[in-house]
Amino acid sequence: MTGPGATAARVGLRTIVCIKQVPKAQELSVDPVTKTLKRVGVPSEINPPDQNALEAALRLREVHGGEVLVLSMGPTSFDESLERAIAMGADRAYLVSDRALGGSDTVPTANTLSAAIHKIGDFDLVLCGEETTDSSTGHVGPGIAGHLGIPQITYCSEIEVADGRVRGTRMIEDGAETWECALPALVTIDFGCNRPRAPTLTGKIRVKRGGLVTHWSAADLGLEPSRIGLRGSPTIVAKVETVQLPDRKGRIFHEEPAVAVALLLDALRNDGVVRA
Amino acid sequence: MTSAVPEGHEGVWVFVEARRGTLRDVSVQLIGEARRIADRKGTVLSGVLPGWGVEGLAQQAIEYGLDRVYLVEDPRLETYTSRPYTKVMATLIRKHRPEIVLFGASKNGRDLGGRLHAVIDTGLAADCVRFDVTPEGYLDMIRPAFGGRSLAHIHCEKHRPQMASARQNVFRPPLRDPRRTGEVVQEDVEITDTDVDTRVVKFVETPKHDVSKIDDARILVAGGAGLGDPKNFVLLEDLARVLGGEVAASRKPVDAGWMPKAVQVGQTGKTVRPVLYVAVGISGAVQHLAGMQESGRIVAINSDPKAAIFEIADYGIVGDLFQVVPELIRRLRAARGAEAPAELPAAAP
Repeated sequence: MTGPGATAARVGLRTIVCIKQVPKAQELSVDPVTKTLKRVGVPSEINPPDQNALEAALRLREVHGGEVLVLSMGPTSFDESLERAIAMGADRAYLVSDRALGGSDTVPTANTLSAAIHKIGDFDLVLCGEETTDSSTGHVGPGIAGHLGIPQITYCSEIEVADGRVRGTRMIEDGAETWECALPALVTIDFGCNRPRAPTLTGKIRVKRGGLVTHWSAADLGLEPSRIGLRGSPTIVAKVETVQLPDRKGRIFHEEPAVAVALLLDALRNDGVVRA
Repeated sequence: MTSAVPEGHEGVWVFVEARRGTLRDVSVQLIGEARRIADRKGTVLSGVLPGWGVEGLAQQAIEYGLDRVYLVEDPRLETYTSRPYTKVMATLIRKHRPEIVLFGASKNGRDLGGRLHAVIDTGLAADCVRFDVTPEGYLDMIRPAFGGRSLAHIHCEKHRPQMASARQNVFRPPLRDPRRTGEVVQEDVEITDTDVDTRVVKFVETPKHDVSKIDDARILVAGGAGLGDPKNFVLLEDLARVLGGEVAASRKPVDAGWMPKAVQVGQTGKTVRPVLYVAVGISGAVQHLAGMQESGRIVAINSDPKAAIFEIADYGIVGDLFQVVPELIRRLRAARGAEAPAELPAAAP
């Protein structure tokens, strides 16, 4: 092995997909009285862009064979998402779970996931979602690539692998750019670029049989306590302020459509928003 | 804990992104904001400009407000790729030890910052919309937190440089002063074959007329899951046309493949501030509100009186959108007299 992920003689493509479990975005709403987020009882989901990354990995396996491994870092409640990923078709999953990892910002997160990828060892491709819906930094994927010293292609809506190389088409502000690099590499996948498949019955049976999710502690990865969790995080959230939104008129019309529309147009004309 | 602050770091830097012969808008916007921060700290504002044949852009960046540009010219830096640009930034940061380094949150800026902060082991706050300097002298990096309902103040106390990316189109571009002078410092950073680990093999420019029409639209008509079928967006197109606006969508129609990602409003899509935002069949998930809550007037049309969208609407109609929207179109057309009312047959030939 010459470095992380140096490919041994084996058949197919081995892809590691990094996922995070997040509160289900569409279930979140704002309390009309307190004007704060209602978080209690909100169900979780696999971070939606990570679902697209998993789908991309499963499609690559259909073409090239090999394995799809899923990796996450978080509390053991994240097993729910790892099991869902297996039910969708992933071969195995790894969860790095340790109280000492709490409060990690993107630096120790990238550090921890890189260490886990090292421990998994032999791989061709690491896929991540472009960003998470709860933190939306997009920094962890490139951070992992930086730690592992492998090439990265971010914001890809298309990905193909041929002859030991990966090609990714990334949608950037002024167009579509196609990058190419040798494997092993890290690619981040655009939210919404494919339709993630549903879990299958066979997949659910594999989950039921158990034994496919491996748990590692920080010690298992040989991580220095000073480089993980809150202690290893260069940034802190010093304070959080509530955004003052403009006051809204809040006039709701319950009348039949013809009347309601007339009232609405009168109001908009009074405000000078609609001319005619 | 100020004793733990690493010493010997001085100056504010911006990563100046050249893109096909011009400075990226976000870089120009950032220069204006970084100038303000540098002035408050009483320090020098420098830019790092990697590229090839970009000396003219260095002069431009000075005219926008930089005191100094570190120019790194190499044919291998002509188009942005991750590792060579990371090497340039890491090398110069280690050499000159700036206190603050700022990036524009373009796709490339986030790609670069994400790799760089892991390589040089320092903090990076993403997509900031405001900056300040604390009484202790820390950079106060302010970014929207979950759902845009709150703003998080991020500090990086013990690592240097303090790094952040700035969201696009939030900071006003500074005026360009052609008389402004500054220093251009040529820097050599060796880019080896190993560094060039990716190649850009193709670029297809997005036609100008397709570039995010919804960003600058005065009026937006946005559709959600309530439309029920992609065909029904025709109705919204008609409404947008008669209002002189553009059609946008919430996440569900984009997820379902009914509408392109380019018109998605919300946290994973775009943030818009039109004069009038008409939300049709949109329930109002927090993620959607984050992208449109600063609109001038918000109108909601939804059959569910409990839909969250009504909470932030100026005006709402509780009703069947398939009755309300056609009625709205009919009345607007009639009032305008520009076209025959929809229910009248076309004039005989």
